Amino acid sequence: MNLGKMLTASMRSILRNKMRSFLTSLGIIIGVCSVIVMVAVGTGSQAQIKKQIASMGTNLLMVMPPRGPREANRLTMSDVEKLRAESSYLAAMTGEVRLSGTNVVGGPNYWSTSVYGIEPDYIKIKDWPVKEGDFFTDKDLQLRSKVAVLGTTVAAKLFPNEDPIGKSIRILTTPFTVVGVLSSKGSTGMGNDQDDVVMVPLDTAINRLTKDRKINSIEMSVVSEDLMTQAQSEVTTIMRESHKLADGADADFDVMNQEEIIATASKTSQTLTTLLAAIAGVSLIVGGIGIMNIMLVSVTERTREIGIRMSVGARRRDILLQFLSESVILSLLGGIIGILLALLIAYVMRTFLGTPTVISLAVIAASAGFAGAVGIFFGFYPARKAANLYPIDALRYE
Amino acid sequence: MAIIELRGIKRHYVVGDIVVKAIRGLDLDVDTGEFVAIMGPSGSGKSTLMNTLGCLDKPTEGSYVLDGLETSKASPDEFADIRNEKIGFVFQGFNLLSRTSAIENVELPLFYDRSGKKLDQKKLAKAALEDVGLGNRLDHKPNQLSGGQQQRVAIARAMVKDPAFILADEPTGNLDSEMTYEVMSLFQELNDRGKTIVMVTHEPDVAAYTKRIITMRDGEIVSDFPVERRRRAAEDLAAWKKAHDYLAEGTKL
Repeated sequence: MNLGKMLTASMRSILRNKMRSFLTSLGIIIGVCSVIVMVAVGTGSQAQIKKQIASMGTNLLMVMPPRGPREANRLTMSDVEKLRAESSYLAAMTGEVRLSGTNVVGGPNYWSTSVYGIEPDYIKIKDWPVKEGDFFTDKDLQLRSKVAVLGTTVAAKLFPNEDPIGKSIRILTTPFTVVGVLSSKGSTGMGNDQDDVVMVPLDTAINRLTKDRKINSIEMSVVSEDLMTQAQSEVTTIMRESHKLADGADADFDVMNQEEIIATASKTSQTLTTLLAAIAGVSLIVGGIGIMNIMLVSVTERTREIGIRMSVGARRRDILLQFLSESVILSLLGGIIGILLALLIAYVMRTFLGTPTVISLAVIAASAGFAGAVGIFFGFYPARKAANLYPIDALRYE
Repeated sequence: MAIIELRGIKRHYVVGDIVVKAIRGLDLDVDTGEFVAIMGPSGSGKSTLMNTLGCLDKPTEGSYVLDGLETSKASPDEFADIRNEKIGFVFQGFNLLSRTSAIENVELPLFYDRSGKKLDQKKLAKAALEDVGLGNRLDHKPNQLSGGQQQRVAIARAMVKDPAFILADEPTGNLDSEMTYEVMSLFQELNDRGKTIVMVTHEPDVAAYTKRIITMRDGEIVSDFPVERRRRAAEDLAAWKKAHDYLAEGTKL
């Protein structure tokens, strides 16, 4: 008996019960599809995060409060000043305070947005030029001028039909004058609108808005890529001095370079992707159990057929292979449909919902392979049961 | 030449503590070209004998030489090969694959051919079906065929590999008179052409078409004699049709 004939016979018996075969494969279809989509979305958002952070600027260093729920933020303006005075590798630096969900009023309109208190170097580090007007200067910082630069989203919300430059806006209770509008930067991988922002001089923000000397982070760009390591260790040393930490004491801040920022940012999404893919993987196994269940029913139903086949000369191996090939075909077909469905869903998400998705060939190959393996694993027991029937009993079976 | 040689065949089943002796020491020779009916009441061991002859079951003791081949030591796989090569089965319930066309049913034994010969499956199956008068029903499914036609498909399937003998188990048990005549005349025709046939039946009418009747009782052969006035099923069929037509005419009048 040749393989082609056997596969044809298996195919025929699968097609004989189309609805049942489809429902049997459905578990595998859903399993394969969800594994691929989960991984595609996860990989897509990671790629987006990487791109995002890479676009944040080159040779970036960041000082941030340590992560963890109980860690207090001990970054202050004096850290910024000490770094500026003592570090030798930095091309640009800025302290940063962030007030999210802050009400901003302009003319008759108001809008809840994020207000960043920063220094003029910020747009240099982020490579984020203004579109209209000017960014504020170091002088504005010294004078604690009440000037603001708007992101395009905020500009559109507050001044839909007019030029915002020169207009007055109110942040919390303080009036500011708009001096510029930033160019558009689009949204982040997580879907946050980066243009939904108002920027004011750091010192103004500290004095007028937050009213303490705490800052959220310090961002720096290093003169050249070769000096990243030295710069990072120098910044760490200066920060430890600034915080008067004894040798060997735990740091109460984090200094991260770009790669570490990427790693941190994508860690959550990576964990989530792995988790979701694992859950989807479980559904593949459940799908396999569904196949086993139906194959067992099918063996019982077709006992007579097995008897007939044996009486005309089928060996046990022939029966085993026939049922095994049926379950493998079922799961492989399910796998293929699942892959096609996943490609379609990923395409729809990317095109119509704007969710970044990256389909990797490795994941497709792995899930197709896994589907096949599920077919063999869960098909073997029913197939063996069929092959071990006694011809006489099978022929007499009613 | 003996195609079937049974010597000292015993078949004992153990059911709980009881040993059931279905066949208790049986010798039998069947020569090429014979047409044998095995008769006997239920429990006489004829089904067990039939399973033994069909290489579906192994005797507890004794030797069975089929077409010069000792089968007592055969493995399950070798048994499968013997069934494929040497034996053509015809069952009471036809045992065709449902939802599978006549020609595909007939192809089934060729499907499991392991002789390595190049076989034109379609051609052989078609020839076998033409041989039983179903050349125009190749693609009919069993549920589109009458009982007699289904049994003829089964006979075509039994014949397609040109086996050493045909083993028929109550082949007319599910058929009415007309179909019984049809099937038996086909068997007689095959036998006339030299095919050896062993048939289990409990109907004396049907046994009367064979050449030799073996009667079993309690796991032993109690009688074995040639059929003296052998009936021709084809003639009976013609007579039945004539009577049937006559009756039909009568009712019309």
